Amino acid sequence: MARPAQAASRAGRTGGPGVAPAEMPADRTALRPAVAAAVSTRRGIELLLLAFAAVLTTGALVLVEANQNQQLTLQLLYLGLAYLALFSAAHVAVRRFAPYADPVILPCAALLNGLGLVMIHRIDLALALRASLQGNPAPDANALRQIAWVALGLTLFVIVLWRVRDHRTLARYGYTAGFIGLVLLALPAVLPSALSEVNGAKIWIRVGGVGIQPGEFAKILLTVFFASFLVAKRDLFTTAGKHVLGMTFPRPRDLAPLLIAWVVAMGVLVFESDLGTSLMFFGIVLAMIYVATERSSWVVIGLVIFGAGAFAAWTFVDRVQTRVAAWLDPLSDPTGATYQVSQGLFGMATGGMLGTGLGAGRPELVPLSSTDFIFTSMGEEIGLIGLMALLLLYCLIATRALRTALAVRDTFGKLLAAGLGFTVAIQVFVVAGGVIGLIPNTGQAAPFMSYGGSSLVANYVLVALVLRVSDAARRPAAEKGRSEPGAAPTPPRTPLAEAHTEMVSRSEAATPPHGNPVAPATPPRGRARE
Amino acid sequence: MNTPLRRVSLVVMGLIVLLLGQATWVQVVKADEYKANPYNQRVLLDEYNRQRGQISAGGEVLASSVATDDRFKYLRQYSNGPMYSPVTGYYSQIYGTTGIERSMDSVLNGSDDRLFVRRISDVVTGRAPAGGNVALTIDPKVQRAAYQAMVSRGYEGSVVAIRPQTGEILALVSTPSYDPNPLASHDGQTQRDAWQALNPTSGDSPLVNRAISETYPPGSTFKLVTTATALEANMITPQTPVTAEPRITLPDSVTTLENYDGERCGPGPTVPFSTAFTKSCNGPFAQLADQVGADRLRAQATAFGMENPNLTIPMPVAESSVGDLADGASLAQSGIGQRDVRLTPLQNAMITATIANGGIPMQPHLVSQIQGQDLSVVDTTEPDRLSRAVSGGTASTLTQLMIGSENGGTSGGKIPGIQLASKTGTAEWGSAPKTNPPHTWYDVFGPVPDPQVAVSVIVEKGGNRGDDATGSSVAGPIGRAVVAAALQQGGR
Repeated sequence: MARPAQAASRAGRTGGPGVAPAEMPADRTALRPAVAAAVSTRRGIELLLLAFAAVLTTGALVLVEANQNQQLTLQLLYLGLAYLALFSAAHVAVRRFAPYADPVILPCAALLNGLGLVMIHRIDLALALRASLQGNPAPDANALRQIAWVALGLTLFVIVLWRVRDHRTLARYGYTAGFIGLVLLALPAVLPSALSEVNGAKIWIRVGGVGIQPGEFAKILLTVFFASFLVAKRDLFTTAGKHVLGMTFPRPRDLAPLLIAWVVAMGVLVFESDLGTSLMFFGIVLAMIYVATERSSWVVIGLVIFGAGAFAAWTFVDRVQTRVAAWLDPLSDPTGATYQVSQGLFGMATGGMLGTGLGAGRPELVPLSSTDFIFTSMGEEIGLIGLMALLLLYCLIATRALRTALAVRDTFGKLLAAGLGFTVAIQVFVVAGGVIGLIPNTGQAAPFMSYGGSSLVANYVLVALVLRVSDAARRPAAEKGRSEPGAAPTPPRTPLAEAHTEMVSRSEAATPPHGNPVAPATPPRGRARE
Repeated sequence: MNTPLRRVSLVVMGLIVLLLGQATWVQVVKADEYKANPYNQRVLLDEYNRQRGQISAGGEVLASSVATDDRFKYLRQYSNGPMYSPVTGYYSQIYGTTGIERSMDSVLNGSDDRLFVRRISDVVTGRAPAGGNVALTIDPKVQRAAYQAMVSRGYEGSVVAIRPQTGEILALVSTPSYDPNPLASHDGQTQRDAWQALNPTSGDSPLVNRAISETYPPGSTFKLVTTATALEANMITPQTPVTAEPRITLPDSVTTLENYDGERCGPGPTVPFSTAFTKSCNGPFAQLADQVGADRLRAQATAFGMENPNLTIPMPVAESSVGDLADGASLAQSGIGQRDVRLTPLQNAMITATIANGGIPMQPHLVSQIQGQDLSVVDTTEPDRLSRAVSGGTASTLTQLMIGSENGGTSGGKIPGIQLASKTGTAEWGSAPKTNPPHTWYDVFGPVPDPQVAVSVIVEKGGNRGDDATGSSVAGPIGRAVVAAALQQGGR
């Protein structure tokens, strides 16, 4: 454990990078490079939390087996060991490639992933039992396949940490990322339904037996694109137009990028029948524009045009109407159109405050109980208390990412971390809100928990990027020099509290659109001193 | 840009708080409502893992759950399945439940409020929660006699026996019957095969409980209701002369209605009403129904328990009805139990039991006791008097008329030394009423003057006598055998 000085590490935790700069007179890494060497990497904490997640996951698995009245099968051992091995490997990779990264995010993801695996395994058992009762052959075990996806996801996680040594290099590929992201987002709409439609939503690319939801990857690529685009074109968004009701509205001609995003979101909604992806995509765009411009007028405009578009979609698209009707009255057609939603609600209600206990409920009665409806499966078996814990885990991941955005110094990093953090939050809101009846159900995978490879792999890439940014945010200056030998010598730093973030924008605006912020000619560390 | 970042953080937390709020709404505030929704299968499914209470009658265990070593822990077993299946019903994972298994489910699965104290003690003592037991009013020897009488002759139909003073149902038989055991199997294929073999979509399926779910034209047995109406209205006495013509013309029409086989009711132009009752001549009763009118006939039928869609014993009983009674012709035909008059065998037994009980109908019921897991009594059904249907005088007159009918009949099975009172019925049915073998009825109670049992028997489609079948020849011997079984001492 790299924890040379207990006192220093405790101080580091109380005055972490997420605390508001104004209240943080002593960010050691910034103020006192002399003690930088003493900064804790907090990898020990991460390992401890990962071990805790492993204990919880194994305990949950044992509960499932006990309640399903099975012996401790060999399969159980494989599942537990595979989980431990995979996350130990991920931890070692973080230790090596991003030693100063946030120690909470990966264990949160691991715990969600572990509990999700347990639930998938539990539903496997139930479906196998049902199949044998009906005389059908047992379905494939999804849990084992999901472990393969975890392995792939964590491999990509390691690769991203290894290959992307500085997140600012990503800004160079902003437009490429944006282009590929758009193609991925639009591809299922263009492909024939046989290749792209599952359960009525055209959000898949299916080749052979393997299905990929390109939207999951598109959300990351588009976040990267928007971060770099906003850094380059920030003045476009901040040019003042009219003042109305105390808000500064942008000039109409500057609305083009937002309108393009709106058209894309509406296209997804209409042609792919997927309110979830549409809402998520547009929400991320809005949040990032707001962070970049600090103008609430953008949010107002965005919400108004999205609301109008959604209303139009509700008027003209049957599937959207069906889902809205099912949301307004989930019990209106419990054997037909609202079967899934109502069964989900019944499951949660049966679970109640404490839940039925893992393995003791009937989550498999809900169609797609291990993918879109995993929240209701969890709510049924671990109760309201367990469900709240899960939601707070997601909240932790999202807020830790936003905290990283506060702490990191470069604008691109801020926007990237904020965008990725908000992605997790809004995806959870769309998925969980849909299945528990807060908003119309949309059919999306819950990050880390749901069965499904695309979502899992994409979200581990997302975590890797956030860890990369957080590593940069907390890395002491001395180490920065070492890890980036090509960079110019780091100039002395201004205390965060005194750093004028507005000045950053002028500097960024001066950078050519495709400019490389890492280029030695304009060392990013120096911008704040201009 | 840190201010908007902090605001975005707040928005994120706000979104999560919204989710937490909605989860609380679903899992706490609306939980009971959603949980109790009939489309929520979970509550039912959970019960397969718990020991279900047993169903017993007269000391015999009819249905019980035995421990197994497979995933479902308990297997439902029925002793004497086909004989009792119209009462117990079945308990199937695929096809649901019926009968007492369904109606007394909350007791059998242990969730009934009356078992609440026991549940608490189960929690305290750490005993596995188990269901309560249901003891039935069924008398096994009566049920056996009725079932054997029907099955040994190969009859399709139903027998219902009621204790007149209490409303206890002593026998509830429906044939052909089925074995509920394979439907409770833990093997899905066994369940499906058994289900398919029972031809579940057909109206003739053994799964149809003929005693309470099927309604039939009551034929001449409905003359009891017509006579009761006229007696209550003081329009008639047993001595009143009535027409003896073999056929009459129906009021408001040119259609004629004739007696069975076109016989005259007597040599003269009139006969005393008692003779018409004994011979079950149709003409006088059709005229009588027309005289009392639709309203009084319907009111009397209602007083006997008909026109009630909500009767439960505790299984729901199909509604018995006199039909539309739109004009004089239909009213006259209804007076002899044809046209649109439809009764369940249970309803016909209720009418018979009411007359036997001096005019007071008793709420018919199947459950005598609810017991805890340890057979301690939790609740006992008390006899429930319904409002008087006919005066004691009318009941007594009807009894005398029924004695005449019983003694005038010729069919076998008479019990020496025991005076019975009865009414037969031979009802035409279906779209070809003259060629279909008739449904034959026999309503009987005895012994007079202290009736212990009232029975209604229906044998569908003439039993084994075809077109020549009559209530007296086909259903009569079965009814008498059931009464004889009920009057045997001991046992219960």
